Amino acid sequence: MARTEKKKDVVLVGFGWTGAIMGIELANEGLEVLALERGHDQATVPDFQYPNMIDELKYGIRYGMMEKPANTTVTIRRSLDEEALPYRSLGTFLLGTGVGGAGTHWNGLNWRPMQSEYRLKSYVTEKFGAGVMTEDMTIQDYPMTYEELEPHFDRFEKVAGISGTAGNINGKIVEGGNPFEAPRSDEYPMPAMPSTWDGVKFRDAAKAAGYHPFPSPGGIASKDYKNEYNMQMGPCNHCGFCERYGCYNYSKSSPQTAIIDALKRKKNFEYRVNSEVLRVEKSTDGKTVTGVTYFDHKTGEEVFQPADLVILTAFALNNVHLMLVSGIGQPYDPNTNEGVVGRNYAYQITGGYTLFFKDENFNPFIGTGANGFCIDDFGIDNIDFAKEGFVGGAYWRAGQTNGQPGHTMPLPAGTPSWGAGWKKGIGEWYGHAMNIGAHGSVMSYRGHYLDLDPTYKDRHGRPMLRMTYNWHPNEIRQTQFMKQKMEPVAKSMNPTTLQEGFKKEGAMFDVRPYQTTHNTGGTVTGDDPKTSVLNRYLQSWDCHNLFVMGANTFPQNTQYNPTGMVGGLAYWAAHHIRKDYLPNPRALV
Amino acid sequence: MRDIPGLPSRRGFLKASAATAAIAGIAVPAKAEQKPEPVALTEYKPDCLKPSEWVFVMAAVARLIPSDGDGPGAIETRVPVFIDKQLAGDYGKASDWYMVGPYQPAASPLRGWQTPLSPLEIYQQAIPLFDDWCKTTHGKIFAELDAETQDKALTSLQKDEMKIKPELREFFGILLANTKEGYFSDPMYGGNHGMAAWKYIGFPGARGSYKEWVGKHNVKYPLGPVSISGERG
Repeated sequence: MARTEKKKDVVLVGFGWTGAIMGIELANEGLEVLALERGHDQATVPDFQYPNMIDELKYGIRYGMMEKPANTTVTIRRSLDEEALPYRSLGTFLLGTGVGGAGTHWNGLNWRPMQSEYRLKSYVTEKFGAGVMTEDMTIQDYPMTYEELEPHFDRFEKVAGISGTAGNINGKIVEGGNPFEAPRSDEYPMPAMPSTWDGVKFRDAAKAAGYHPFPSPGGIASKDYKNEYNMQMGPCNHCGFCERYGCYNYSKSSPQTAIIDALKRKKNFEYRVNSEVLRVEKSTDGKTVTGVTYFDHKTGEEVFQPADLVILTAFALNNVHLMLVSGIGQPYDPNTNEGVVGRNYAYQITGGYTLFFKDENFNPFIGTGANGFCIDDFGIDNIDFAKEGFVGGAYWRAGQTNGQPGHTMPLPAGTPSWGAGWKKGIGEWYGHAMNIGAHGSVMSYRGHYLDLDPTYKDRHGRPMLRMTYNWHPNEIRQTQFMKQKMEPVAKSMNPTTLQEGFKKEGAMFDVRPYQTTHNTGGTVTGDDPKTSVLNRYLQSWDCHNLFVMGANTFPQNTQYNPTGMVGGLAYWAAHHIRKDYLPNPRALV
Repeated sequence: MRDIPGLPSRRGFLKASAATAAIAGIAVPAKAEQKPEPVALTEYKPDCLKPSEWVFVMAAVARLIPSDGDGPGAIETRVPVFIDKQLAGDYGKASDWYMVGPYQPAASPLRGWQTPLSPLEIYQQAIPLFDDWCKTTHGKIFAELDAETQDKALTSLQKDEMKIKPELREFFGILLANTKEGYFSDPMYGGNHGMAAWKYIGFPGARGSYKEWVGKHNVKYPLGPVSISGERG
């Protein structure tokens, strides 16, 4: 039988980056705030402590920090006429769990999208004509401008503690930074991190080719740092265990490092772990929500938690799932192209070159998740879509993140996968290879979406989230363009041998190898309730006291890692909830 | 000087060390004490593998990462112990995975793990089938074949020339993956004995501190590995 808890002003569903941001911003407003986290509690000490944390088998290979598919997963199919099958063991994306969420085990790469990405459809149409878009492409503009978001990007970067070199401060191009970035109001809060040899080699080759290299911007502390909540970071020691691990050194940006300890001290804030929200409850007229029902894993019972304001702050896929199982908003139907919840799901496309240098030492175990140098010369703003025949772009980066041999062992093509030849190969090539990667945008399409699976159910009996996604010819053209541009740069570095890894025409989505966890869309923000779930303040069009954060709000995926945008949007929404919504709760648009 | 409650007294520790050194009259050894050698693989009592399965795993990993040539093999690094312990635990039971039907084991391999079997069940069911195939094709079970024929048989298994049933399709893939995991994982999991695989390739294990080495470009890092439990190589 369900128990009912005492009403709160605000309930947050999920306690990662956006839950922590909303938690502290609304607690600072004096509200009674509760965060419900389905996973366990975790903190730098004792959960991320040295040396137990840097255990490749436990965390890097068996995925000890991730949500177990046994508890939560999705089903995946590549087309409307294929049967979706469960994502039973982890591969292509890694979904986090517990306090801090994916913000604990990310690499730290932190970006703001390029200027054209906020009004992509208008930009594409005005500059190249609507004909450059494929017929099934459903991209759209963000309903807010970069100028409106800028102060919130700046704030997130200062809270999270991002190291980098600005390239454009208030329109003035700064030598050494990214000259193509959208103008920022201020420098990064910390100077860029130093790079390992691979990044420096790439920087020099890119410069020689006439491109504009700059240090990778990332949530890795290059010096001692204190943010506005008095949370402290210490300089990184380049241990080479960022992605898939929690940071034992208080150096990687995370909800724990940047916000949570400050938030825990507030008497009007509470968080409950092992509390998995099953659905958002609607009022009888369906125009507002009354709270959430969650499963308390400690007592084994369902709990109704009433609240005046509900904010979904879980991972992108979970936010969309909750909207669907709660029946809020019309589910998207790709056959009629009507409905909105689940619409415009997108992933990320990556490719690259691996270069082998027989006589050079890279010490690949010296790294950070945001190591090295990037170029943005092939970013969305810089490509002639009409000439090249696709819509999109990519940033390139070279910078080793880890040398953990169990899952990071690049070997030249033709090396046997086992036996004497393999053993000889690892002895010859470990430490003598580097990579240049292209991290590309993915547009949204009529046939790529999220809905509820008709067959598979989760452990609470709810239909699983079903993902329909495959590589689209537009993205294959984009990634093949990157290959063509990258090849001469890679060859100019004179490696002993090199090999490419870019997707080719006809490539099918393969769920086995890790690719990226950047899942976007499904509850997108927009100006029109017919093509969006949320208005420009990330407020539900259907229920005004429901707000939804996360990369699920992106109308299409950008060419960058999503966290910077997710953080910026959360501060934007928090600002408008505090300033406009709380004094007079209503539909803000 | 005040002592912190709950921690050993600093002064007490200094006094005790001085006294011990004075009484013993010996220098404190610079190197941590070496752990005693573990039981020989032939004496090892597996946690979950049956004798015939153990014999197969011993023989197979010896070909997947052979002992001859530069670098240690899977046998010296005790990879079979690692595999036995992994299969006996959560990994072997697929405890973390979504293992609820309906299953479509014959779906495209690109769609990931779709067999109803756990890794341990796959080892248990595939080993006798593969041994039967070796007997029919090469006259003896796998472990009794000479090295060259074993390599041929493993190649056939990798290429699925024996047309193993789809439920067991992942067998070669997990056998090879588990072998490499045992070779490279921290020694506390039973393999990578003496951190020999790390020493061979030059991975410093759990050192995890390289701030002063970031700017030393194209210079080989000089220190050997340490393990999570404090072994030094």
